[in-house]
Amino acid sequence: MKILVCISNVPDTTSKINFTDNDTKFDTNGVQFVINPNDEFGLTRAMWFKEKQGAVVHVATVGEIQVEPTMRKALAIGADEAIRVNAQPIDGFFVASQLAEVVRQGGYDLVIAGRESIDYNGGMVPGIMAELLDMSFVNTCIGLEIEGDRAKAIREIDGGKESIETSLPLVIGGQKGLVDESDLRIPNMRGIMMARQKKLTVIEPSNVSPATQDTKFEKPAPKGDVKLVDANNVEELVSLLHREAKVI
Amino acid sequence: MSVLVYTETLNGKFKKNAFEAASYAFDLAQKIGQPLVAIAFNAENCDALFNYGVSKVLHIKQENLATFNAKVYAKVISEIALSQSTSTLILSATTDAKYMGGILAAKLKAGFAPNVVAAPLSIEPLVVKRMTFSNKGFAHTRINTDFRIIGVSNNSFGLVENNVEGTVEEISADISDSDFNTRSVNVERVTGKVTIADADIVVSGGRGLKGPENWGMVEELAEVLGAATACSKPVSDMGWRSHSEHVGQTGKPVACNLYIAIGISGAIQHLAGINASKVKVVINTDPEAPFFKAADYGIVGDAFEVVPELIEKLKEFKAQNA
Repeated sequence: MKILVCISNVPDTTSKINFTDNDTKFDTNGVQFVINPNDEFGLTRAMWFKEKQGAVVHVATVGEIQVEPTMRKALAIGADEAIRVNAQPIDGFFVASQLAEVVRQGGYDLVIAGRESIDYNGGMVPGIMAELLDMSFVNTCIGLEIEGDRAKAIREIDGGKESIETSLPLVIGGQKGLVDESDLRIPNMRGIMMARQKKLTVIEPSNVSPATQDTKFEKPAPKGDVKLVDANNVEELVSLLHREAKVI
Repeated sequence: MSVLVYTETLNGKFKKNAFEAASYAFDLAQKIGQPLVAIAFNAENCDALFNYGVSKVLHIKQENLATFNAKVYAKVISEIALSQSTSTLILSATTDAKYMGGILAAKLKAGFAPNVVAAPLSIEPLVVKRMTFSNKGFAHTRINTDFRIIGVSNNSFGLVENNVEGTVEEISADISDSDFNTRSVNVERVTGKVTIADADIVVSGGRGLKGPENWGMVEELAEVLGAATACSKPVSDMGWRSHSEHVGQTGKPVACNLYIAIGISGAIQHLAGINASKVKVVINTDPEAPFFKAADYGIVGDAFEVVPELIEKLKEFKAQNA
């Protein structure tokens, strides 16, 4: 089985978000970048398929040269090879189209992407890829088993979960649950050393027009001060929620 | 041309998100001077959509579409969108709608703007405001394509009633067995409990509650308020509560009217996930907890004393206001 894990290079979850250039760009100044958490759950599940079922695991991303440390981290965690499409990830349609081309060229049986990236939150890349490639697709996936070309998946639904049976080739939109938080791997020194020798192929993007363009950004309006209620006067909170906030 | 809205049902009833998506769609339809058409599967009360500006409901009720299937539903919706000369398709932000979003964008060669939180900023060109950076920012997104898809965030635009005269057209979809390469074998849905996705009020517990055995009061408070229960990331990581309750940046996003955080310090990732909620209340022993900077109301105090007291006072309030 040949697996492609699609990786997005995103600001660390603790990052403060600021915008620059007249609020038209995300300000990367002082920001630490990481593997998108939803992708990392998928990568870790892919490692399981590698170790238990002999799968070959590649990782791919769309990004410029500054995303390479994140790719090297994925290699240090255990991916065999990395592919970088040398372009700015302009929108979900653009990214999905570029990654679909990587899948076509590489002949992958299983493609795992995160259900969404935590920066632009588009959540459309796995779905667009599946449709462009005419592959089966399971989103918000929290469990995945593969036997031959058959797949059993569990997906999260609003208020519960659904068991699904499908077949390869398959695209997964993964998230926490695909593996547990405690299964995530921190690269060790040996992994980091080996990652330096692994193949990282850079390919040029195919000619695709983005379908959307972010023209401006804004931050949430600043919040007013918290109104404190005395712990011995809980009744006051009930009254405030009813009369002032009007939420009960 | 028309605006098409997908109105989701559960057990035959329209979800609140369906009415919110229709409210948004009607506002847009008015602004661009096009009629609003809705598509619904297996609904019992299509007439309810007339209250939200829908003048034509295309209704499909058939056995092989009884259970949601993203690829099959998307196929049917895209065929209808083409037959109705749709300019803009409006989706909600349910898990199922998000599942279909990408598929539909590819099928219809449409620019797709999800997580939209307000009426369009501009109609020509179409520019929408959407949540990005997991609620730490918003983007103004221009949709470049002729066919457009907008996903409306939960609890953002609100329900806006507009009573119109409407018709319901029963139609059938041409679906064959070969369309079902992906099959649902079992659906487990919690019954009798409010889900985080649908909740107006969410009661959430953190590490400050010391252990899973202390969740009784969280559940009781939720019951009194008709709320969903949720938890912080450490709580789900330690296995005190199920992953499905984890709210925050890598868990579920919450956009409810009232969010009550008990024993949650307010890490930046947690606050990002719940920031879209309208009113936030924090109960914590530590007055320096970051959550107090993000909350509207706060009580500095021991949850084990404050919460039972709050339950009592709410019961009294409910009895008086019943």
